Amino acid sequence: MGFLNYTFDWSVLWRHPYGTMLVKGIWTTIHLSLLAWVIAVILGIAIGICRVLPPHWVRFLGGTYVQVFRNTPFLVQLFFWYFAAPLMLPQTAQKWLYDNVPDYSYWAGVAALGTYTASRVAEQFRSGLSAISLDHYHAAYSTGLTTLQTYRYVIAPYAFRIIIPPFTTEFLTCFKNSALTMTIGVMEVTHTAYYIDSFTWHGLETTTAASVTYLLISGCVVLLMSFVEKRLHIPGMIIRKS
Amino acid sequence: MDLSVIVNNLSFMFGGLVLTFQLALITMAGGLLLGVVLAMGRLSYRRWLYYPATVYVHFFRGLPLILVIFWLYFLSPVITGRSLNEFSAAVVSFIVFEAAYFAEIIRAGIQSIPRGQILAARSSGLTALDTARYVTLPQALRNMMPALVTQAVVIFQDTSLAYVIGLREFLRRVNLVDAREARSIELYLFAGLVYFLICSAGALYSHRLEKRHQRTC
Repeated sequence: MGFLNYTFDWSVLWRHPYGTMLVKGIWTTIHLSLLAWVIAVILGIAIGICRVLPPHWVRFLGGTYVQVFRNTPFLVQLFFWYFAAPLMLPQTAQKWLYDNVPDYSYWAGVAALGTYTASRVAEQFRSGLSAISLDHYHAAYSTGLTTLQTYRYVIAPYAFRIIIPPFTTEFLTCFKNSALTMTIGVMEVTHTAYYIDSFTWHGLETTTAASVTYLLISGCVVLLMSFVEKRLHIPGMIIRKS
Repeated sequence: MDLSVIVNNLSFMFGGLVLTFQLALITMAGGLLLGVVLAMGRLSYRRWLYYPATVYVHFFRGLPLILVIFWLYFLSPVITGRSLNEFSAAVVSFIVFEAAYFAEIIRAGIQSIPRGQILAARSSGLTALDTARYVTLPQALRNMMPALVTQAVVIFQDTSLAYVIGLREFLRRVNLVDAREARSIELYLFAGLVYFLICSAGALYSHRLEKRHQRTC
């Protein structure tokens, strides 16, 4: 198959040893983004809650976290976790880290991606909570429910359904951002595509394969989540974000 | 903490910041232009305009920017027969990528105008062009301004990805200084602070636009 002065050779996608490399790369992308996502959801919801609690200093802390992480490029944060963070540890811990954690770049990637995505999740969570009108709280309290019961039986079921679409988007962003970990040497799929090019000069095929991987996985996630959303839909629930 | 490393290399690093601003401004201008064209395609009733624009937007929104950069980097020699220099490779991939996001912001802005207004304008005798000029666009532009400013901040952050093809913008220069001086903590905190100050200013401006907009509505 000739195209201008380039001969396509799609066999680099499955030929030994590149096929195994690509599969490993795809797998690394998947588990790295999933691990980061778990951190992001737990931390993000905690920060989102901090931002609506009464004490001023708790709100201030939550707000500062979100501002700092959203207003600096993810790449800077990644470099910070990879290059600078280990230097801030005490000597012994540093030595232990370099001796015993051979894939530190992977864990730096997980930490950076998790804490960065958490700031975005926190914002989505907070705006999800504020989309529930105050009438719901008033109605729940006036029927005699306690604060905890109000949240457990009235607010949480709503909030959970409201945040599904924005959380899906944030997961996909997290998934795409995982590609940036290649800059610190993590062998995820984008890096693998680039790496195979250095042996074969067929980077166009491998980056195309990587693109298809991202599009396919994103597509599957969107389909799955819209199915979940339909299954959990409460008849008659209309909540408009103002 | 040893801040002398920052002071000594300040002019070198700020030289990169100039390039970062250039990249961001060219990307915004190009991305907006292409974004308007794509948004018009997305809003069109003609299928041959609607489908290509829709596929374009979904395709690029589904990919990481870094992959688009590499893809273009590998693709451009195939099309043009020679490789692009780093600056144009970065600019082209940024524009191609960010246009998809601009298109969605512009489309949402235009669709935020109730259909009744357009129908009323048309029935009072305005042409389609006049309707856009005097009725739809002035309001739509005001609606989409906060989102456009936010996207500008995102683009400013995204320019740091030009790092991967070796362009000496701000982050790359910080990285180079670190390679020579081995002062990672100070240097990356400094880089973070510089980006933070610039992006916070943008975010604050976007927030104020939104507040002002809510008051006038």
